Amino acid sequence: MSVDGYLETLRREGRIVVVGASLAGLRAAETLRAEGFAGTLTMVGDEPHEPYDRPPLSKQVLLGKVPADHTVLPRRRPVDAEWRLGAAATGLDLAAKQVRLADGDAIDYDRLLITTGVRARPWPRELEADLDGVCVLRTRDDAIRLHHRLKAGPRRVLVIGAGFTGSEIASACRERGLPVTVAERGPAPLVGALGGVVGEVAAELQRAHGVDLRCGVQVTGLEGDSAGRVRQAHFSDGTAVESDVVVVALGATRNTEWLADSGLGAGPRGIACDAGCRAFDVRGIVTDDVFVAGDVARSPHPLFGYQFLSLEHWGNAVSQAEVAAHNMISASADRRPHLWMPSFWSAQFGVNIKSVGVPPMADQIIVTQGSLAEQRFTAAYGYQGRVIAAVTFDQAKWLDFYERQIEQAAPFPPEFTTVDRRPEGLQPVPAGFPDPSLPSHGPTVTLSGHSPTDRRVSFTPRRA
Amino acid sequence: MRLVVDLNRCQGYAQCAFLAPDVFTMHGDEALMYDPLADDTQRENVRRAADACPVKAITLDYEDQGAADGKAGASRVG
Repeated sequence: MSVDGYLETLRREGRIVVVGASLAGLRAAETLRAEGFAGTLTMVGDEPHEPYDRPPLSKQVLLGKVPADHTVLPRRRPVDAEWRLGAAATGLDLAAKQVRLADGDAIDYDRLLITTGVRARPWPRELEADLDGVCVLRTRDDAIRLHHRLKAGPRRVLVIGAGFTGSEIASACRERGLPVTVAERGPAPLVGALGGVVGEVAAELQRAHGVDLRCGVQVTGLEGDSAGRVRQAHFSDGTAVESDVVVVALGATRNTEWLADSGLGAGPRGIACDAGCRAFDVRGIVTDDVFVAGDVARSPHPLFGYQFLSLEHWGNAVSQAEVAAHNMISASADRRPHLWMPSFWSAQFGVNIKSVGVPPMADQIIVTQGSLAEQRFTAAYGYQGRVIAAVTFDQAKWLDFYERQIEQAAPFPPEFTTVDRRPEGLQPVPAGFPDPSLPSHGPTVTLSGHSPTDRRVSFTPRRA
Repeated sequence: MRLVVDLNRCQGYAQCAFLAPDVFTMHGDEALMYDPLADDTQRENVRRAADACPVKAITLDYEDQGAADGKAGASRVG
């Protein structure tokens, strides 16, 4: 039998199932059709909505400028798929090549693409999480609920966690004129993503916009009234804040539970795959019919030491979905690697924050243009003498240039002269990332046992 | 009509905010905010905005693409 013959048949009459009907799933479906896949395409999604865009949910939707149901994604082309929306996948049988759904159905596939993404990590104590007024923000329905709460004019909003989502929520609250407290375990907002130097700028930005920002504290408990409504939060420094809306913004957790018994290399850190988006099984052997893309994937990046990067970035979802879809219906020699340059943006407190590369890999930072004090600058991040990332605050036009620098492994500190470089940008300084060996926001994975038979990986959810 | 802006690509040139101000607005100096489900009365303005974007960051639904100038099916996303 010729493999080419199999591919021809696959492309003509094969069955492809995409589990996860959000940005990555949709873009993959479009790519499959655009590249000539003529077989059966089934799109499985746990939410009842057709694919929608999430970044506006924490910005224009929370501000009340755009209704949450306006974020349905445009289609690049017809996908001619069977949509199974509102039906979560509950299991995968690799040997039988079958996906099981919550409604009891099973769908056979020749090629499977997993784009199940992430969900908001809930408040770890269930009784407190169930209090009326305790929210998260990830889905369209979350955004509708939170917008409704903000519109009602709460006395004070408490945001737990000052990552990008938490900071954007705080920004929306201030723009709506609502009092807001932000509680962050780390020394500054955004410190895990951008480091302490830029984190300090983010802290200044929040305080200048009237946020009651409290860093280096943990929320030790949420307290409700007799009607079950949240009314107060207690902090590790002994203080407390009265608040009738609490938004838990402690990052995301990957939607891999449905794969627990499948034999696929899937866990709390995502699904490991090769640069061609093929999933690894638990033995570390790459599969040839199961592909992964988007937030749920972890794949090695040659530019960053072949580290398995897990990128919850909008652009990564699009790019990886396109590569995965292409590779699913291509012969080995025609497959492409996923070599996307990590990039993201955030709009908060009137400032456009953008990044390229992988800032948390860096040991040093230098302000190459503008000034931290003016909250308008370009900063380059260095790792072992090369440029590894760059971040701009309201200077996005320079990022393309730094992207090329990162691609070319240009020396750090940069040797070129730039316009508008201030005294603070003459010498690199430590970038101020938290010590990765210390547990921070994320859940922890621990290994135990020595012999292969009793070696265990346990998942320890982080207690705030 | 549905649209999405690739804000990695967007560099804040604000051409869209001039051509379709009811759909695209600048928030601060550089950040763009837009209505991803623009009113159908804005169709021509949005098409002009998508065509004028120097970095081609605006994606329209295939049904709304290129009909005005005969470039049917032209991809606006690399």
